[in-house]
Amino acid sequence: MANQVQYIFDDKNLRVSEPSFFEGRELKREEMIVNIGPQHPSTHGVLRLEVILDGEEIVEVSPHIGYLHRCFEKHAENLPYNQTLPFTDRMDYMAAMNNEHAFAMGVERMLGIENDIPKRVEYIRVVVAELNRLASHFVALGTYGMDIGAVTAFFWTMRDREHILRLLEWVSGARMLYNYVWVGGLFYDLPIGFEERCLEFVKYLKPKLAELERVVIENKIFVDRTANIGVLDSDLAINYGITGPMLRGSGLKFDLRKVDGYSVYPEIDFDVPVGGGKMGTLGDCWDRTWVRVQECYESVKIIEQSLEQLMGDHKRTRDFDPRAMVPQKIRPKAQDFYVRAENPKGELGFFFRADGRSDIPFRCKSRGPSFVNLSIINELSKGGLIADLIAVIGSIDIVLGEVDR
Amino acid sequence: MTFEEIVEHIKQSLSEDVVLAINEQASPKCIEVPAEKLVELMTFLQSDDKLYFDSLSCLTGLDNGPEAGTMEVIYNLYSIPFNLHLMVKVTLDREKPMVDSLCSLWKTADWHEREAYDMYGIHFNGHPDLRRILLPADWEGFPLRKDYEEQKYYHGVTVKY
Repeated sequence: MANQVQYIFDDKNLRVSEPSFFEGRELKREEMIVNIGPQHPSTHGVLRLEVILDGEEIVEVSPHIGYLHRCFEKHAENLPYNQTLPFTDRMDYMAAMNNEHAFAMGVERMLGIENDIPKRVEYIRVVVAELNRLASHFVALGTYGMDIGAVTAFFWTMRDREHILRLLEWVSGARMLYNYVWVGGLFYDLPIGFEERCLEFVKYLKPKLAELERVVIENKIFVDRTANIGVLDSDLAINYGITGPMLRGSGLKFDLRKVDGYSVYPEIDFDVPVGGGKMGTLGDCWDRTWVRVQECYESVKIIEQSLEQLMGDHKRTRDFDPRAMVPQKIRPKAQDFYVRAENPKGELGFFFRADGRSDIPFRCKSRGPSFVNLSIINELSKGGLIADLIAVIGSIDIVLGEVDR
Repeated sequence: MTFEEIVEHIKQSLSEDVVLAINEQASPKCIEVPAEKLVELMTFLQSDDKLYFDSLSCLTGLDNGPEAGTMEVIYNLYSIPFNLHLMVKVTLDREKPMVDSLCSLWKTADWHEREAYDMYGIHFNGHPDLRRILLPADWEGFPLRKDYEEQKYYHGVTVKY
């Protein structure tokens, strides 16, 4: 096998496999086509953008995606539900816990066991999901700062994210792809002493968040680069299916944790921050970023309250088994099922069709928030400058693992 | 509004034959419509004062296999102001899967439909730009069809290993 030809190079290959969208189009005077990516640091992954520029002004953008396609849906149609779960980690790899939570919740509801899950398990799920939401927002904020020239933000957020990743490594054994939330329960209970250390971290984090907000987000240069850029009004956002911080940045108070009230979120007191156009127009890049920062505060609140429950009413007992409700055989009855949950990026949905005769779903479709949110890029960046395109991509907060699945 | 009321409202406002069947086992509950009435129904659902399904959450293509000979497209609608859910299903002929595009109603349908075309080869009439989205343009076949067989080589790379 070693000396077998792996790939026959032909300079026409790229042209037939990923043809340019604007090629052959009649360009006006002064217009040019610029290709950005797929290997480019500010596209946040393997995203290729074809841009028609008029001088520095963007006329049209055409995104090319699919470079990271790993056939999630095909895999899901060939594996039992519990074996598909680790694949969901690899979709939005910045927020693997949230993906697992959504998937496990969907399968539990299909089996009809969602009310039998012990409260302690649900609180642990919420804690790890919110920790992961923090980590995901930190990456979004840090890299966004770096994209537009504030490297400090990146160092600060990566430093704090490291604490979260270590906490989650302590919980599950892995740093990014956890396979911790199982259908019907958890891999393990929390390690002894986790609650205290987590509280310690929360206490440490709060002033750091305030510092980040003061120094980076309200920084004059940052505001100048992001305010009034990429303005998205809520009507268009809904029409494009935009969800998550992007939709809330446009001023609509819509959070599935509140609307659907899944897991133990109804028992927890937290706010849904929405953009208000404080530095410019409602729904600009600055609003979206600001919403992410405010959501970090809310996540901290949720973690604190859940930890209180985990150390109080639902505290660790010697005989507590987080796998007690994990079904031996996952075979839901025949049905179509759509489940959705609030991910750091927006609404993560799974559509299942179970045929009732096998342990394998007949169809499993994932609706990734990044995929849907990215589709608006042409609308947002049209008419702006090429430098603002970078600000717009960063403010959408995409993870290519989820765009391409 | 309950599901029964929604179905009743649709039947009264449009016509009886818009709703072919209902499926209460599905979650959210599902109505099946004939493919030629889809755009009419969706336009009504999106703009009606009592329903106002302003958000198309998910669009799923589905292949029932060569024995059944059908394909399906499933739309998950959600109404933000009224907090209503609805699943709408169309069944298509597997030999010539074709349905009208919803791009004129929801812009989000654009990429979802391109994905369904990419994976199943379902043609969406009136779609402005129906290209493959996730797979390379010269990929052969539609991989999520139940009788899909992968090509042997792709630019000299062995596909199956």
